[in-house]
Amino acid sequence: MTTTSRWRALTHHHLFWPVAVLIALLLVNVPFTPDFFSINMTDGHLYGSLVSIVLFGSPLILVAVGMTLVIATGGIDLSVGAVVAITGALTCSYISDQADQNTLSAVFLAMGIGLVAAVVCGLWNGFLVARMGIQPIIATLIIMVAGRGVAQLITDGQIITINSEPYKLIGGGYWLTLPFSVFVVAAVVAVTVALTRRTALGLLVESVGGNAEASRLVGIRSTRIKIMVYMFCALCAGIAGLMISSNTSAADGNNAGLWIELDAILAVVIGGTSLLGGRFSIGGTVVGALVIQTLTTTIYTIGVPTQTNLVFKAAVVIVVCLLQSPKFRAKVFGAKGPKGPRLDAAPVEPAPAADAAPKMEVSR
Amino acid sequence: MSATAQTPKAAPSGSTASRGARLLGDRRLPVLVTAGLFIAMYIGGLSRYQNYGFGEPQVFLNLFIDNGYLLVAAIGATFVIMSGGIDLSVGSVIGFTTMFTAWLVEGQGLPLLLVVPLALAVGAFGGFLMGYVIHNFEIQPFIVTLAGLFLFRGLCLVISKESISISDASVGTLAQTRVSFGLGELSIGALVALVVLGVACYVLHYTRFGRRVYAIGGNEQSALLMGLPLGGTKIAVYTVSGFCSALAGLLFMLYIQSGDPLHAIGMELDAIAAVVIGGTLLTGGSGYVLGTLFGVLVLGLIKSVITFEGTLSSWWTKIATGVLLCAFILIQRTMTARRKT
Repeated sequence: MTTTSRWRALTHHHLFWPVAVLIALLLVNVPFTPDFFSINMTDGHLYGSLVSIVLFGSPLILVAVGMTLVIATGGIDLSVGAVVAITGALTCSYISDQADQNTLSAVFLAMGIGLVAAVVCGLWNGFLVARMGIQPIIATLIIMVAGRGVAQLITDGQIITINSEPYKLIGGGYWLTLPFSVFVVAAVVAVTVALTRRTALGLLVESVGGNAEASRLVGIRSTRIKIMVYMFCALCAGIAGLMISSNTSAADGNNAGLWIELDAILAVVIGGTSLLGGRFSIGGTVVGALVIQTLTTTIYTIGVPTQTNLVFKAAVVIVVCLLQSPKFRAKVFGAKGPKGPRLDAAPVEPAPAADAAPKMEVSR
Repeated sequence: MSATAQTPKAAPSGSTASRGARLLGDRRLPVLVTAGLFIAMYIGGLSRYQNYGFGEPQVFLNLFIDNGYLLVAAIGATFVIMSGGIDLSVGSVIGFTTMFTAWLVEGQGLPLLLVVPLALAVGAFGGFLMGYVIHNFEIQPFIVTLAGLFLFRGLCLVISKESISISDASVGTLAQTRVSFGLGELSIGALVALVVLGVACYVLHYTRFGRRVYAIGGNEQSALLMGLPLGGTKIAVYTVSGFCSALAGLLFMLYIQSGDPLHAIGMELDAIAAVVIGGTLLTGGSGYVLGTLFGVLVLGLIKSVITFEGTLSSWWTKIATGVLLCAFILIQRTMTARRKT
C-alpha cells in the first residue's frame, strides 16, 4: 500500500517524466561509451561527457530559464535567438575596435553595451505585448525577423573574430576546475529561483499568466510584470549571447543562436511548463535543457550520423508532448483523464468573442 | 475610411446585405492599406528607378515568378492562421519536398509525373498527422508543428547532407517554359501560384468549409456549440497547409532546380509575415486570401527594390520586413481597439 502510494506520488511529481527521460538518455550512452559517467582531472580542469553536456548546454539553459518566465505569463518570446546574435555582435565589434583587447575595463564595457541592447530588445517586446496588447508570438516575431538583419548590420555582414583573454573566460574558460559558464548558469538559476520562489514575484507571474485581467483587478500591475519578464528573458538571452560569442571568439550575425528559441521552448515544454501559462517550473526547464543537450551529445557519441539529430529531436518532442497530454494518457493507458469534449480546455482567448460582438453592431 | 462609408449603404437591404457587410465591412481595411502600400512602393520605385527599367511590365510579373512559391506557402498559412492556429513546419516541408523530389528524380530515376503527386501526398499527409495530433491529443499547434519542423528538416538531412542539383530534362523544360501575355511572360510556377490563389479564394470565401474555418478562428467554443465539425475542420486546415507547403516546395524546386537540405530555412516566418502584412488577424477569424497576395507582393517588392538599389545589402530585407511587420501589427491593433469601443 505504502509503496504503491509512494510510487504514485513519485510518478505524479512534475519532474518525474523529464528526469526519467534524462536518465534514460544518459543510460543509452553507457553501452556505447562505457566510461560515459567517468570524470577525470587534467591540468586542473574537469573533463568528461557530463561536464561537456553542462558546458555546451549552458547558453540553452540560460535562454530557457528566461523563456520559462515569459511562458508562465502566457506569452512566448521568439526573439531570443536574434537577441543572442545582436548581443554577440555588439560586444565583439566593440572589443575588436580596441587597441588592446585584453583590457578588463573595455571588456566589461563591451559586455555592458551588449547586455543593455538585449534589455532594450526585451523592453520593446514587453511594451508591444503588455502595453499594445499584441499577441506575444507576433510581437516577438518582429525582432526575430529584423534582429538578425540588425546583427548583420552591426558586424557589416562579416564574422567578427576577436582575441581577448578575459572575454574568453565567460564561455570557454575554467574556474575552480569547472567551466566558468557553469557558475554563470548556476548564479542566474539561483537568482531566478530565489526571486520567484522566495518572494511573491513568482506567484504574481503565475497569476498574470493564469488570468491577466483578473490579476489587474485584484491590484497586480500585470503590465509591469509582463514587461519585466520580457526584459529578464532578453537579459538571459544576452548573457547566452556573450557565452556563445566568447566560446567561439567570434560574432556571427547570421548563425549565432540560430534556432535557440525553438530549443528553449522545447526545453520549457519538456520541463512540464504549460504553454498556456499560469504555472512554471525552473527546475523542470533546467532538466529539459539538459535533456536536449544530452540528446545532441548522445547522437554524437553513439555514432548515429549527426544529420539525424533533428529527427531524434522531433521524436523526443512528440513523445514528451504526448506523455504530457492528459487526453493521450487517457486513450492509451486508460488512466483517469477528462471525459467527453473538453470545452474548457480549448486554448481560446476570450478576446475574439468580445471583439466580434461590437463589430456586429457596427455593421448592422 | 472607405469601409466605414461602405457599411451603412449595404446595411438596409436584408440578409444578403448583412452577409455583404460582414464580408466587406471594416475588416477589408487592412487589405486596402496593404494594397495602397504596394501601389505607393511601386510608384516610389517607378520614380526612383525609371531609367533602370523598373516600369517595365515584366518587372511586375517577375514578382510572381520570383515569389510564386512564397505565395503558395503563405496561402496555406492563411488557412491555418484564419482557423486560429499556426504552422511552423512550412519552411521545413518546402525544404524536404525539394530534397525528396530531387532525390527521387535524380537518384532513383523516377519520372516527374509520378514524383509530383507523391511529394504532394507526403506533404498533405504530414499536415494531416500534425492536425490529427493537435486535435485529438489537445497539444498546442505551436509545439506540434515545431516537432514537424524538426522532423522534416531532419528527414532532409537523412536523405542527403549534400545538395542535389537536378539535370532532369522534364524539370528543365518545365522550369524554362514561359507563357507570354500581351505585356510580358510568366513561368509555370507563377501560373500554378495564381491558380492556387483562385482556388483558395473560392474555398475560403465561398464554401461551407471556408465558413467553418472562419467560425473556428472566430471562436472555437461557439463553433463547437453550434455543432460545427471542429476536429474535421482543424485537421483539414493543417492538411491544406501541408499540401500547400509541398506544392510550394515543388515550385521552389522548379525555381532553383536543385534540392538542398538547407533550402527555405525560416520561410514559415516569411509566410506568416506575408499573412500578417496582408491584414489577417493572428487570433484567427478575420482576413482575406487577397490580403495574403498583397503581403507577398509587398515582401517581393522590397526584395526587388533592394536589388534595383544595388548598393544596399541583403540584410536590409530582413530589417524592412521587420519594420513593415511592426507597422501592420500596430495598424491592426489600433483598428481592433477602435472597433471595441
